[in-house]
Amino acid sequence: MAAIKETVNTVAEIDLDNYKYGFTTDIEVDKAPKGLNEDIVRFISAKKDEPEWMLEWRLSAFRRWKKLEEPDWSSVHYPKIDFEDLYYYAAPKKKIELDSLDDLDPDILETYKKLGIPLKEQEILAGVKGASNIAVDAVFDSVSVVTTFKAKLAESGVIFCPISEAIREHPELVKKYLASVVPVGDNFYAALNSAVFTDGSFVYIPKGVRCPMELSTYFRINEPNTGQFERTLIIAEAGSHVSYLEGCTAPMRDENQLHAAVVEIIVMDDAEVKYSTVQNWYPGNSEGVGGVYNFVTKRADCRGKNSKVSWTQVETGSAITWKYPSCILRGDGSQGEFYSIAISNGYQQIDSGTKMIHLGKNTKSRIISKGISAGHSSNCYRGIVSTQRKATNVRNFTQCDSLLIGDKCSAHTVPYIEARNSSSTFEHEATTSKINDDVMFYCRQRGLNEEEAVAVIVNGFCKEVLQNLPMEFAVEAQKLVAISLEGSVG
Amino acid sequence: MLEIKNLQASVEEKPILKGLNLTINAGEVHAIMGPNGAGKSTLANVLAGQADYEVDGGSVSFHGEDLFELEIEERAAKGLFLSFQYPLEIPGVATMTFLKESINAQRKQRGQDELSTPNFMKLVKEKAQQLNVTPEMLRRPLNVGFSGGEKKRNEILQMLLLEPSLCILDETDSGLDIDALRVVADGVNSLRSPDRAMLIITHYQRLLDYIKPDFVHILVDGKIVKSGGAELAHELERDGYKDIIASA
Repeated sequence: MAAIKETVNTVAEIDLDNYKYGFTTDIEVDKAPKGLNEDIVRFISAKKDEPEWMLEWRLSAFRRWKKLEEPDWSSVHYPKIDFEDLYYYAAPKKKIELDSLDDLDPDILETYKKLGIPLKEQEILAGVKGASNIAVDAVFDSVSVVTTFKAKLAESGVIFCPISEAIREHPELVKKYLASVVPVGDNFYAALNSAVFTDGSFVYIPKGVRCPMELSTYFRINEPNTGQFERTLIIAEAGSHVSYLEGCTAPMRDENQLHAAVVEIIVMDDAEVKYSTVQNWYPGNSEGVGGVYNFVTKRADCRGKNSKVSWTQVETGSAITWKYPSCILRGDGSQGEFYSIAISNGYQQIDSGTKMIHLGKNTKSRIISKGISAGHSSNCYRGIVSTQRKATNVRNFTQCDSLLIGDKCSAHTVPYIEARNSSSTFEHEATTSKINDDVMFYCRQRGLNEEEAVAVIVNGFCKEVLQNLPMEFAVEAQKLVAISLEGSVG
Repeated sequence: MLEIKNLQASVEEKPILKGLNLTINAGEVHAIMGPNGAGKSTLANVLAGQADYEVDGGSVSFHGEDLFELEIEERAAKGLFLSFQYPLEIPGVATMTFLKESINAQRKQRGQDELSTPNFMKLVKEKAQQLNVTPEMLRRPLNVGFSGGEKKRNEILQMLLLEPSLCILDETDSGLDIDALRVVADGVNSLRSPDRAMLIITHYQRLLDYIKPDFVHILVDGKIVKSGGAELAHELERDGYKDIIASA
């Protein structure tokens, strides 16, 4: 089994340190003092120029958080996080309210340029090569530095802005919907996020409007020892439609960085939201040092009849991923979808999956999860599909496939099914395959080298999920998949 | 084209090939027959470069180059093709995709341009028809859920597309019914040419009724004990290995 040994050795040596987005940006920052207490919560609220009700809301979340215990039921292991040893607010010092992009700190602009994210509307409108027609909200550490195409979107009534701006400008919407899907005390990290969240995106699509362009948010953690607490709220009114994408990167640092996000989506009658994630936080180096802890609560509430939510995620980064984008299928006839590719390499740990909570009649859900483990990583799918007594004629289809590369990694599948009525149908399929010596020999005998063989196999394995990404990102994601596994064989 | 001298090989420290000599020239079709465990499949795997087999001695030159200096995929690009006794299944990868990737990987290694999709499609369509490989089969994941016969036809399809200079067929007749055998043999025969050689490994003479060899070799305990023309296969079928071994 010489080739396998070789594979494993190479994986062990693989240079995760060549993470492409690992550079840091040297800028002056405005930081809160280290640690977490009520004063810090007040500091953040004041920095954000928030109304009194928001501060009160945060403080009550903080008190709630103090009473909660860090969850330990998942398969991930990490040293206890010292929440007192973190910064909870870091913002570029330069003026945040921008009249035009020209006012943006050139270093930040350069950062996003390096990341390949288009921020210059003029360029985009002028059709500069490579710039795509996508509205972007760029979040740098704790603040949103710029949001593009706001004016154009406003023409069709779409609100797309940083959530801190929405709190000031659209308090009635924020008050009505914030924490209506993920309650403050939902879990330890959701409570922490509610107390100290700093920025994120706010999206409101009015009744009957089809959002004229893709919306996206790019999160970048730059400062060391800083937690990023992103809060995103998306509201799709009856008959509306929106496609939203988030991307994430962080510099290479030896310390672990914390990212604890909450995303809430509200979908009314006949509306549809497509939410895609390409997560490429720094995964740590080949020894397992450093990397982002990604503890995320994402949930969509299909409140309206025949509403639809589709989560698509490509997870390649983070030292630890703990994330279960979920759908509450409340409205009769509503539909939830979850398409996921989770790739772990080096010493990465992933515990991810979805929850499909069927409350309405004739609701449908579909789960396609593809886990790829290489190196010494562990990759766990954990999911629940549940139907309540009154949720009749529910249909669910679940497919969980695992692909193992080498013999030091592991894949686990933990599916829960709860059925409280007899008219519902559940289908669950699962496969585990391995890129082993025999398969490699076969491919190489046909002329493919090891990397080409892995690429062909992995792309075939991921195809069903990649197809669900918006076109512009599918190509990127495919490349990312290849990069993440680069050097994992031979 | 292929010159094997005193080849010795083992698997898990157990010697299998014990000094095998064989020369194959362009245009020739050689058949290797022999009892179970004689080392027939070992020979095929050693030539293709399967890592489980250790080469302990001897040499093999292929088109004048030291074969053992070449990586598995380099041997493939230089024209060595092995039709597997047990073709592998690759879930998720459409047969068509796999065919295209292989052809282009080989072309890339040889410094040729990749085949364009329309040209590739035309080529596949033509060759697939010849082997009764349906478009539906081409859409299915490689060999997944294929019957034994379908898998073997798929191997030969790959061989027709890759146009190797040395075709090694490892027990291609096993698991084939008489109709499928004829289709496969027709496919193989269509590749016979003055600049291409074939090495056919088989248990039974049956396949050789359809693919007529120029030479037949009997392999026993890791060595070729007898060589002859096509008639040797018939003798073997009539008298069995025992007599041949005894007389050798």
